[in-house]
Formats: sequence, structure tokens, C-alpha cells
Amino acid sequence: MSDVFDIFLLEAVLNGLLLGGLLALLSLGLNLIFGVIDVVWICYAELIMCGMYCVYYLHVQYHWPLLLAMLAAIGVVAFLGYILHQFVIRPVLSAEPINQLLVTGGVLFFLQAAATLVFGIEFRNLGVALPSVHFGEMSFSGARLVAFATALGGVVAIYLLLTRTYLGTAIRAISQDRSIMPLMGVDPAKIFAITSALGGGLAGLAACLLVLQYDVHPAIGLSFGPITFLICVLGGLGNMFGGFIAAFIFAQFIAVGGFFFAVEWGYVIAFIFFIAVMFWRPRGIFSK
Amino acid sequence: MMGNYPVHLAILVLLWGYIYTSWSIMGRLGLVSFGHGAFMGIGAYTVVMLWNNFGLSPWLGALAALALSAAVAVVIGYPCFRFRIVGHYFALVTLALSEVARLVITAARDTTGGSLGATPVTALNEGRSVAFGALQFSPKWIWLVIVVLVWLGGLWVWRQVDRSMARLALQAISEEEEAAASIGIHVTRAKLRITIVSALMTCVGGILYAQYQLYVNPDTVSGIAISLQMVFGVIAGGMFVMLGPTVGAAFTLLLAEGLRLAFGNRYPALDTTIYGVMLVLFIIYMPKGILGAALDVFKRRPT
Repeated sequence: MSDVFDIFLLEAVLNGLLLGGLLALLSLGLNLIFGVIDVVWICYAELIMCGMYCVYYLHVQYHWPLLLAMLAAIGVVAFLGYILHQFVIRPVLSAEPINQLLVTGGVLFFLQAAATLVFGIEFRNLGVALPSVHFGEMSFSGARLVAFATALGGVVAIYLLLTRTYLGTAIRAISQDRSIMPLMGVDPAKIFAITSALGGGLAGLAACLLVLQYDVHPAIGLSFGPITFLICVLGGLGNMFGGFIAAFIFAQFIAVGGFFFAVEWGYVIAFIFFIAVMFWRPRGIFSK
Repeated sequence: MMGNYPVHLAILVLLWGYIYTSWSIMGRLGLVSFGHGAFMGIGAYTVVMLWNNFGLSPWLGALAALALSAAVAVVIGYPCFRFRIVGHYFALVTLALSEVARLVITAARDTTGGSLGATPVTALNEGRSVAFGALQFSPKWIWLVIVVLVWLGGLWVWRQVDRSMARLALQAISEEEEAAASIGIHVTRAKLRITIVSALMTCVGGILYAQYQLYVNPDTVSGIAISLQMVFGVIAGGMFVMLGPTVGAAFTLLLAEGLRLAFGNRYPALDTTIYGVMLVLFIIYMPKGILGAALDVFKRRPT
């Protein structure tokens, strides 16, 4: 009896690991934006929702090949990120920080309502089922494995971009000192716009992976938006490495907590853990 | 029946106006909380659950709900203020709080009914239209009287806070926390007091909302959605003037009802779509909100 118990627990832990990869990707874009532009996009999960609808409509309604639809979705959401920055964030860049947070909250309302208006409240399923993978007595969803691998790939790609390219160096420099870099010939406005598009593109990539696992509906952002913010804060806002580790910690709480109790309790435990850590390290676990 | 509709709207405007006012008492002093859904949820669910499961009168249930809200406010508020968690971080910590409240209510579905919500056991059988002990009334005018009184009470608290030394202290804190501390303001205590007041008032709002609607649901009385609704209602109306939150509540409700009357149910969520665009425009171009901007225009024109 206890053997069976252990193997299911192991399955939960491994599934938590897979979920962690996905959450790490979700938090990556948000952390990039915060680290460079110093703004929290509260509507980040709603951008992902837009990407999910994009994949769904292109693939199901217009019969585009899935991969092409996904690439298009990444492009669309990257463009949305750029638009969001130019028309919403830029006018409030010099306002109080809390206004920058609130203005993207307004965008959250707008995107959620506009999606209801345009797409209706039905849950829409992509209808693509990846086979699940069996390993001994354990089984894992194929979509989750793909998501995990892609998420890790995305994290590595962003890391290389930031450390190995001229653009990446400029982005890192701006995030360290906004006032000096213009003197060195880096145009902050341009870097901000590129970073926003990059953050949007990451949201689009996350959308492609999520749409394989979940039905899309207008309120879906509310179900994983909060957890994405909390992961970023837990790892230290703007600290991409911290966010990466925090994603795996959170995912274990959810997976293992959900294994012993109901799924909601997994989230409750994770959130309470988050609040407790905040009191111990208000700037995230990895702050100095 | 038609006569009841305007009364119903008035009750909702005043009730939400009161709840938004409760939020604004701390929001205007730089404490932007995304956690007030938790206090509303505690108010609504504690009272309904105690009544349904133990037959405890909502009047006593309210005391339990208020005590619980105050306790939660202290448990979250004290460490936040003690460790100087401000701005973004405060908003996101409190956001976690409102999600915890929603998820706990949803997860305890054996007792609470989960995401299907719950209905208080009715005390209004056999032609009884008023059950004072159960805080259930079917005539709408009784509710109108109650919410007018509570709303006036909320405005009174707002004014007391506005005129107090504590307000000046907190304003100093919100502008320059270190400097305020250096001139002898006890930052943690000042913030904690205002947080408890605001939490208790929001809790009362939750209780009244549940008893008036005779239905509670974790998604409509707690969680991030309802917290954001409060924040944006206040921003739309005007954060820094006494009647701003009420104007915000009236504006959002009338926008929704007006569009519903004009288009029927052909365009669901049209109101929130327009509202979302207006919020973005408000925050960029009119950060003082509708009433704040209107008063500015009024003041600029010499009479």
C-alpha cells in the first residue's frame, strides 16, 4: 500500500517540476519588463489570453497549421506588448509608480471585457491532444513535457540574449542605470520599446504552451495572473534568476499540496508561504 | 414592481459607494490595497455560515466577522508596515491575501458550497416580511434606510480621519516615510490604525451585501476581481474627495444599467469594455477622477 502511495507522491513532485517550468516562463517576461522599465504589467496574463485566442482562431477557424498559428500568435502578442508600452505606459512613466501599476489594471479590465464582447464566455478547446508519456506506473501529460522543455529553452535563450549580444548588454545597462546610459549613446525609449515587444513575445510563447493544456475563456487570466506576480515578487521583482527558482518552489507547493488536499488548498498554502516569506525578506528570497 | 427598480439601484449605489469609501480611507494615503476583497468576503461568509450552521443571529455573527477582519488586518498589516513593505510590494502582498480568502472559501466547499455560492436560510416564511433578528427584510425601503445610514456613517468616518492629526501624519508618511519617522511619527502604528478602520468598514459592507442579496459567492464577494473593482471605482470617482468613491460607484452602475437599457443584452460586457478604456484614460489624463476634475474646473472659474 505504501509503495503505491509513494509512487503517486513522486508523480506529483515530478508534475510539480513540469508545472514549475511553465511558471518560470510565465514569470520571465514579467520580470524582464520590471527589471528594465520598472513597471509591473498587471495585465500580463490577459496578454497571454489574447495569444491563446489568436492560436485558437487561426488554427481552428482558419485552419492554419498549428506551428504557423503559434508563430503568428507570438508576433501578435509581441506587437500588443509594444502598443501597450507606447500608448499606455509611456504617458505615465514619470508619474507615481503606483499609477503605472493601476493603469495596466485598467488594461486588464479592458482586455477581459473586450474578449467577452468579441469571443463570448464559452470555453474554447484547441482540440489538439498530445499523447501522454508513461514511465513505469507514472504518467505525464505530453503537453506539459513540451511546455517544460520549451520553457527551459526560452529561459536559456533570454539568458544568452542578455549576456551575449550588444542589444542584451544595452538592456542590462539601462536596467542598472537609466540616467547614465543615454550619455553613452543608448536610447532608452528604443530599448524600452524593444524590451516591451520581447516581454510580449514571451507572453505569446507562454500562450502557445498554455493553449495546449487549458481551454481558453475571457477570465482565464485571473486564474494564473496572480500566481505569476507572486512568483516574481517572491524571487525579487526584476530578478530573473530568483523568479526562476521561485517558480519551482511555488509549483511544488501547488502540486504536492494539491496531492494531499484539494488543488485550492495547494494554492492557499503557496500563497500563505508567499506572505510569510514577504515578512522575512520583503524584497524577495534572493535579495541581499 | 417597477417602483422597486430605482430603489434597488439607489441601494446598490450607496452600498458600493460606502464600500469604495472604506477602501479610499487608506488608499488616498498611499496604502493601495488589493486585499479588500478578503475583508468583504470575511464579512459576507462569516455571517452567513454562522447563521446557516449554528443559527447564530447575524447581529452576533457580525461581531465575529468584525473580530476576524481586525485580526487579519493586524496579521497582514503589522509585518507589512513594520518591514516597510510599500508601493508595488504592498499591493502584491495584499493581492495574495484576497486570493487566499477566495480560495479558502472555494476549497471549504463542504461547508460553504464552494464556487456555487450559498444562500442564507430564510427567516421570511409565512407572510413575514421583516425578520429583525435574522437581518432579513423584504421591503426595499428598509434596506434603503439602512444603507443611507451606513453610507452617512462611512462619510462621517472619512471626515473624522480627514480632520485628524493621523491624516496629516499619514500624508507625510506617504510622501517621505523616512523623514516622517525622523520627526517623531510612529509610522507603523499610524498605518495600522487606518488599516483596521478601513478593514472593519469593508467587512460591514460585505455583511450588508450578503444580507441584501441573500446570496454569497466567493467570486463576487472576495478575490482579486472584487478588490480591483474597489480600487478602480475609487479612481474613477476621485480618490481625494469625500464623495469621490460614491460618484465612482454611481458612475459604474449607471454606465452598466444605461448600456443595458440601450442595447438590451445584445452586447454583454460592453460596459466593462468602455469602463476599462475610460480607466486607462482617467489614470493617464485625469488622475483625480471625475469628481476631483469637476471640482478643479469649478474652482478655476471665478464666480
